[in-house]
Amino acid sequence: MNPFKTFTGIVAPLDRSNIDTDSIIPKQYLKSIKRSGFGVNLFDDWRYLDPGNPGDDHTKRRINTDFILNQKRYKDANILITRENFGCGSSREHAVWALMDYGFRVVIAPGYADIFYSNSFKNGFLPIVLDTNIIDRLFAETFAKDGYTLTIDLEQRSVITLDGTAFLFTIDLNLQKRLLQGLDEISITLHHADEIKSYEKKRQMETPWFFPDAKTGD
Amino acid sequence: MNYQTLYDKLWDAHVVHDFGDGSALIYIDRHLIHEVTSPQAFEGLALAHRKPWRIAASLAVPDHNVPTTDRHVINDPVSRLQLETLDQNCSESGITKFEIDDPRQGIVHVIGPEQGASLPGMTIVCGDSHTSTNGALGALAFGIGTSEVEHVLATQCLVLRKARNMRVSVNGQTGKGITAKDIVLVIIGRIGTAGGTGHTIEFAGDAIRALSMEGRMTVCNMSIEAGARAGMIAVDETTIDYVKGRPFSPKGGMWERAVAEWRDLKSDPDAHFDKVVELDASQIQPQVSWGTSPEMVVPIGGCVPDPDKEKDSVKRVGMYRALEYMDLKPGTPMTDIRIDKVFLGSCTNSRIEDLRAAAEVIRGRKVATNVKLALVVPGSGLVKRQAEQEGLDKVFIQAGFEWREPGCSMCLGMNPDRLNPGERCASTSNRNFEGRQGQGGRTHLLSPPMAVAAAIAGHFVDVRDF
Ligand code: SF4
Repeated sequence: MNPFKTFTGIVAPLDRSNIDTDSIIPKQYLKSIKRSGFGVNLFDDWRYLDPGNPGDDHTKRRINTDFILNQKRYKDANILITRENFGCGSSREHAVWALMDYGFRVVIAPGYADIFYSNSFKNGFLPIVLDTNIIDRLFAETFAKDGYTLTIDLEQRSVITLDGTAFLFTIDLNLQKRLLQGLDEISITLHHADEIKSYEKKRQMETPWFFPDAKTGD
Repeated sequence: MNYQTLYDKLWDAHVVHDFGDGSALIYIDRHLIHEVTSPQAFEGLALAHRKPWRIAASLAVPDHNVPTTDRHVINDPVSRLQLETLDQNCSESGITKFEIDDPRQGIVHVIGPEQGASLPGMTIVCGDSHTSTNGALGALAFGIGTSEVEHVLATQCLVLRKARNMRVSVNGQTGKGITAKDIVLVIIGRIGTAGGTGHTIEFAGDAIRALSMEGRMTVCNMSIEAGARAGMIAVDETTIDYVKGRPFSPKGGMWERAVAEWRDLKSDPDAHFDKVVELDASQIQPQVSWGTSPEMVVPIGGCVPDPDKEKDSVKRVGMYRALEYMDLKPGTPMTDIRIDKVFLGSCTNSRIEDLRAAAEVIRGRKVATNVKLALVVPGSGLVKRQAEQEGLDKVFIQAGFEWREPGCSMCLGMNPDRLNPGERCASTSNRNFEGRQGQGGRTHLLSPPMAVAAAIAGHFVDVRDF
């Protein structure tokens, strides 16, 4: 995972609450056994007018010009602002992979579904929580100005507007550190290998029915 | 004295290392695996030259992509590759897997409890949000993403932040004809799809206690639709009777020891909950969803709601959108809505009790002519076999239903079972999101008896007057 660095990016507004992971990346694309290539099918049912399938040439599909992300001004967006309960529903990590593959690095919303939130950090993708009234303001400013940008400073935990207003957000310090350093969570856990083994030993004594595979007598 | 909730107890019993900031390294007893969310995890493991930590903790089964007609004809090459990838990953790593034609194959959340692979007191994970189903056994069970699947494979642990405690009590007795599905839909309607976010829900109260294990699984299954990653129910005699004698359950002296421990798997009387919701069971009516979120439900006697009466502007916009997608007008009585397809299945409602209750409603009747397809998809091969032994398959077939092989099927339509654009479906599944059962398809969630009654009537009806 690459370390998360401060950056300034174009904002795209998606003014809907309860956006579920089925909408972020529809089921037919989950058949892929890879982690990449999901970007062209991000929000597939909303982005295109005709139904799509894995392997289709997406350049031949009919674009839904009413869908906001299809507007030229948001073409190079890498910050998404949206509403309450983003990423609800299915646990598919493909939702995060699709957002990132499309080019997003950050999403800003008043709240997220738990699994989506946790999946984001595993991929170096930052979900920022801000108050609804701040989000309202960001929506208004994004709509009002072509090429509206925000600066995301994870170290300072702040979202900074063009005029220099900084909105602070809270984030678990561990998650912040992991993102800033691009740490591999599995290798961190494996530093605790001895503790895992002694936990297993203890539990094999206390609750042996969870360890039918354990050799007895050692 | 430190009083604990059931969740606190399960959490404490699984802490391998406490990071001291509200998060901990938590040991995972059971890891269930299916074909959709695991390939990238196995790939990650191989790339890092890691091996699974403890293969006996894992159990794999294909379910999302499997055809429900002829098992061995998988026309879609992409589906086939995903199924083959699961085969290959399991055989290379030595993880037990139920083959597609094994009678024990079925939806991952159905087979865990059915096999006794999910037990009270366990931590149970799967790369699938409805893993919460297993919480009905008095276990801490929750869905995880693919990176976490890889993490569990590599370390048998997860780094987790402890959730808050929430109790939903359904007090008193439900009326005649009310099922577990109606109870959970009412709960979601009340607290909303984000109501349980950041919490683990314990379902309690007389009406929950009175449910069978199948019913409890239906309730815990939809915890995720209420925003909670995990839902659970305390262990009682119903739980212990259910677990007894299952293939993976402890036997002999070990069984006695296990049961003695399991009896303590309940919240202490004075345990603290951060959030408490109380419902009166006697007020619960059969529910039908009208919109594109599981919280958009009304009683069958009700009408499609009017967004103009909603004060919250974000909600109001969501309602307009849902009405447009569902092609419904405010004020329409739910019983006037005609349907095109019926789906009886999914990890919410495909266990034997669901099939029995549905068969009871339709015995000797016929599916309405406007209903193009009425599908029954049992949750597992063993459920299917049991139903056939009881003659339920004949009841369904004679009424005009199709009797299929087990799998996820039209719950999400990754296999060929799906809705066409504009089709309206009475479905016993758990999600009515836009396009969930097929692009442009319109899903209404309801209980198995309500779904099959709608199949017979051709529109929604109150199963109690049926
Ligand atoms: S039946 Fe539906 S909800 Fe359940 S695991 Fe399968 S796809 Fe998911």
